[in-house]
Amino acid sequence: MSLITPDFGLLFWMTLIFGIVLFVLAKWGFPMITDSVQKRADRINESIRMAKEAEERLKNLASEQEALIDKARKEQARVLKEASDSRDAILEQARVQAKDEASKILEQAKTQIAAEKESALRDVRKEVAAISVAVAEKVLRKELEKDSGRDELLEKLVDEI
Amino acid sequence: MRRFILILILIAVSGALSGAGEVHPRFAAAEYRLTPAATPELAATTTDDTEVELDMDEYLYGHVRDSYEWHITTVNGRHISIPLPVILVSKAGRGFFAFSSKHLEEGEYQGFSISTSEKRPGKIVEKGPDGEEIRPWDFSITKNVLGLMINSALLLLIVLLTARWYRRHDATSEAPSGGVGIMEMMVTMVEDDIIKDCVGEDYKRYSPYLLTAFFFIFINNLMGIVPFFPGGANVTGNIAVTMVLALFTFFAINLFGNKHYWKEILWPEVPTWLKVPIPLVPAIEIIGMFTKPFSLMIRLFANILAGHLMILGVVAMVFLTAKMGIAVNSGFTAVAVFLGIFMDCLELLVAFLQAYVFTMLSAVFIGLSRQKE
Repeated sequence: MSLITPDFGLLFWMTLIFGIVLFVLAKWGFPMITDSVQKRADRINESIRMAKEAEERLKNLASEQEALIDKARKEQARVLKEASDSRDAILEQARVQAKDEASKILEQAKTQIAAEKESALRDVRKEVAAISVAVAEKVLRKELEKDSGRDELLEKLVDEI
Repeated sequence: MRRFILILILIAVSGALSGAGEVHPRFAAAEYRLTPAATPELAATTTDDTEVELDMDEYLYGHVRDSYEWHITTVNGRHISIPLPVILVSKAGRGFFAFSSKHLEEGEYQGFSISTSEKRPGKIVEKGPDGEEIRPWDFSITKNVLGLMINSALLLLIVLLTARWYRRHDATSEAPSGGVGIMEMMVTMVEDDIIKDCVGEDYKRYSPYLLTAFFFIFINNLMGIVPFFPGGANVTGNIAVTMVLALFTFFAINLFGNKHYWKEILWPEVPTWLKVPIPLVPAIEIIGMFTKPFSLMIRLFANILAGHLMILGVVAMVFLTAKMGIAVNSGFTAVAVFLGIFMDCLELLVAFLQAYVFTMLSAVFIGLSRQKE
């Protein structure tokens, strides 16, 4: 049957036509399309990759920032603590120094007072002695003026001495 | 995507409508005609002046067979057809001939006539020295050849216009729309779904051939469904056409097959007694080399041919029931139109499917020939 016997003429023309179509499309048709589509796909993939990277970096940036803030906060706490420590130390030192100074001054005052007291006592004693002599002199003189008993007195005094 | 589906539906509906209305009952009986002188037993047998009976064989085969002229329609018994150039080289040593096929309508012309023999009905033959029919070298631009040319020109136009868009635009920064978008979608589908998956690593080398094969088959299938000029030529339902396509695939498989592929054929990994002294398995493998493209050839040819015959058969119901009275005839006409729409939609699916299957199997066979160990 003629339906299943390939006709020579049609074979010839089909080979020729399909050959030409294949040549033209393989040279100027499909590679242009597929390459362009491939390029676009590559570009899209690249963009997605870059976006992901940026996102990653952003995420890193946030955590980095957090770390920085954390560090700063710690530093702040440290500095504050240090400041308060040194303040305490200075105060303590000042207190000790003041105490020392005060006790020194007190000591000095005490010795001075003691010295003053000593000298004052000495003066008083001297004065008392002088006054006693003067009184004794006066008494003696009166006794001597009375004449009655002068001699006994003298004798008594000499004995006494 | 929605646009693409819409266009497909549009094509389907228009195809179905025109397919159903392919032939008017009045003209249908004599729808296919051959030169009465050359084929007295074929064509419409006139029973009287007004009524004609349908010759089913002639009706069916006339539509799916190649012919030397492109018959368009018959109006009041007058055939309207496009005469095509007949190009012949005589085997009887009479030289080269080129003339219009309309000369053959009246019978013999320059020693050539259309054969009526059982062996090659409808083909041009010449008389040999001892009076027997011999077939000259026939390079005629027949209906199928012209159909091929028109469809190929259409394909070239579509693909090259698409390619031009990419040449003029920066595809990395803008995407095409409309027709170019549809083409891009289909090219990408074929390349990603079929070629990359089936061929494997070096698919780039085969991608132009496989894409060309796909779109070539697809457009010829689609044009084959269109019932009027310039469609309607049964191109991919012709075994010569599918044979050439299969041969291209055969060469694509075997010319670039790697060492592993040839080793699998000539020295496969089977027990030695299967290879020597009688090379049993290698023989089977070598037969397999040829059955692969052969199956491609038969599959495409038979599917498209069967589709055409089924649509023709459905439409024929209208004419077969013409004599049974107006009620029966209108009933069957309604059924035929409905079935015709259904069949045309089915054929649209088959047109795509067969192009897809041919390309996919070609890609699979090529992929097998490029397999690494």
